[in-house]
Amino acid sequence: MDERVWQLMQDSFWQLLLPGLRITIPLTLISFSLGLIIALLTAMVQVANIRGLKQIARFYVWVIRGTPLIVQLFVVFFGLPDLGIVLDAFPSAVIVFAFNTGAYASETIRAAIEAVPSGQIEAGYCVGMNYVQIMARIVLPQAMRTAFPPLSNSLIGLVKDTSLAANITVMEMFMSAQRIAARTYETFALYCEVAVIYLLFCTVLTKLQTYCEKRMKNY
Amino acid sequence: MLEVKGIEKSFDDLKVLRGVNLKVGRGDVVTVIGPSGSGKTTLLRCINFLERAEAGEMIFDDVRYRLDAMTRKEIAALRKKTAFVFQNYNLFRNKTALQNVTEGLVVARKVPKSEAREAGLRALQKVGMADRADAYPHQLSGGQQQRVAIARAIVTEPEVIFFDEPTSALDPELVGEVLGVMRNLASEGRTMLIVTHEMQFARNVANHVVFMDDGAVVEEGPPEEIFGAPREERTRKFLQSIMNREAPAAL
Ligand SMILES: Nc1ncnc2c1ncn2[C@@H]1O[C@H](COP(=O)(O)OP(=O)(O)O)[C@@H](O)[C@H]1O
Ligand SMILES: [Mg+2]
Repeated sequence: MDERVWQLMQDSFWQLLLPGLRITIPLTLISFSLGLIIALLTAMVQVANIRGLKQIARFYVWVIRGTPLIVQLFVVFFGLPDLGIVLDAFPSAVIVFAFNTGAYASETIRAAIEAVPSGQIEAGYCVGMNYVQIMARIVLPQAMRTAFPPLSNSLIGLVKDTSLAANITVMEMFMSAQRIAARTYETFALYCEVAVIYLLFCTVLTKLQTYCEKRMKNY
Repeated sequence: MLEVKGIEKSFDDLKVLRGVNLKVGRGDVVTVIGPSGSGKTTLLRCINFLERAEAGEMIFDDVRYRLDAMTRKEIAALRKKTAFVFQNYNLFRNKTALQNVTEGLVVARKVPKSEAREAGLRALQKVGMADRADAYPHQLSGGQQQRVAIARAIVTEPEVIFFDEPTSALDPELVGEVLGVMRNLASEGRTMLIVTHEMQFARNVANHVVFMDDGAVVEEGPPEEIFGAPREERTRKFLQSIMNREAPAAL
């Protein structure tokens, strides 16, 4: 690799990392947090068998899981304006990623809740707790531990999926790489470089996951 | 203080309880014995509403309830006056021994934390588990877990404690410590309804023994009568089979 390319990569590193830190990471964290709340609600109405809401939850999961993420992005950002709903690119991306995470994570959480032995719930009733107390204090904490590794997986997946937001004009990390590549014609170098930064982000998250899992080992 | 009459329960086409009557007076230790599959667990679960009986009534502290028409409120109120010890302990896995014991006080009965903690430690002391208060269930042996479960049952000072084969899941060498704790509870005058296969225990500790077979009470009476001079052929056969099973251990 010649001197010039090497220099370019060094110069562009900050130009990539900055949108990574300013857009990619916040987009991921905000979407994922909202997604978890949606997932928890979606899982709970199904487990608690609340009529009406349960059907809505199933429908929502069915639609989101059955359609491509990029199509959802296009529907919200380019399609909704036709109905008079105009959203900026960033909030559009947050909405789509949150609902996407919500659908997949709700299945993870639901399975984890159902994996808690029924004896735990019966014991809760027998010491006098009610359904909500049992859920909040016994079932969900145990389920969250089971769900933690697959949820970490979803989070890591989301870091990479945010690159799709480039298609709806969000100036995130991948979009920045595309721009610099277009200007300098050093396509290979720049796309490899941005790949390495994604890898870096995901490696940090993986380490964090390992650390958290160790800390949860006490029960 | 607790009486049930005519409990009936089916699972699909299988009739599991065919009109069971049972009476437990204050301070009584009643044991229920009988072959596997005779409906003993189902009986206890119906009495504590973990299963819904199709027919029958319950009289608890002179109040009469229809078992097939219980409201959620009635069930919640009755459960706060009882406690249940499960065959497989069912300790809350995400709670320490002490938290397991105090959960019912703090959450369900709104007892202040410090007060609950003291009561919890006293209960653990009573079952000889105070030194393991901060251990999680998976760090304890089966016998220790069951003793914590018993502490969880007594800490709320229930009017009656139900036991469903509390020693059946234990390794033989751990059975003694749990039976010892239960014997102490009996001598304190606690009211207990115990399903068990421990015939020695039933004989020595109970003041009333109920023999169940095929979803019905076949015979009941004081332990001397049931074990010494059973009237029913089925009781005799059952005791015979148990004795044969226990004989090698006695040698
Ligand atoms: N949840 C259930 N669904 C279907 N059948 C059950 C269920 N629980 C118990 N049974 C059946 O009811 C009968 C009585 O069971 P159980 O009360 O556990 O007897 P015991 O405790 O005396 O061994 C058995 O034939 C058992 O297979
Ligand atoms: Mg049983």
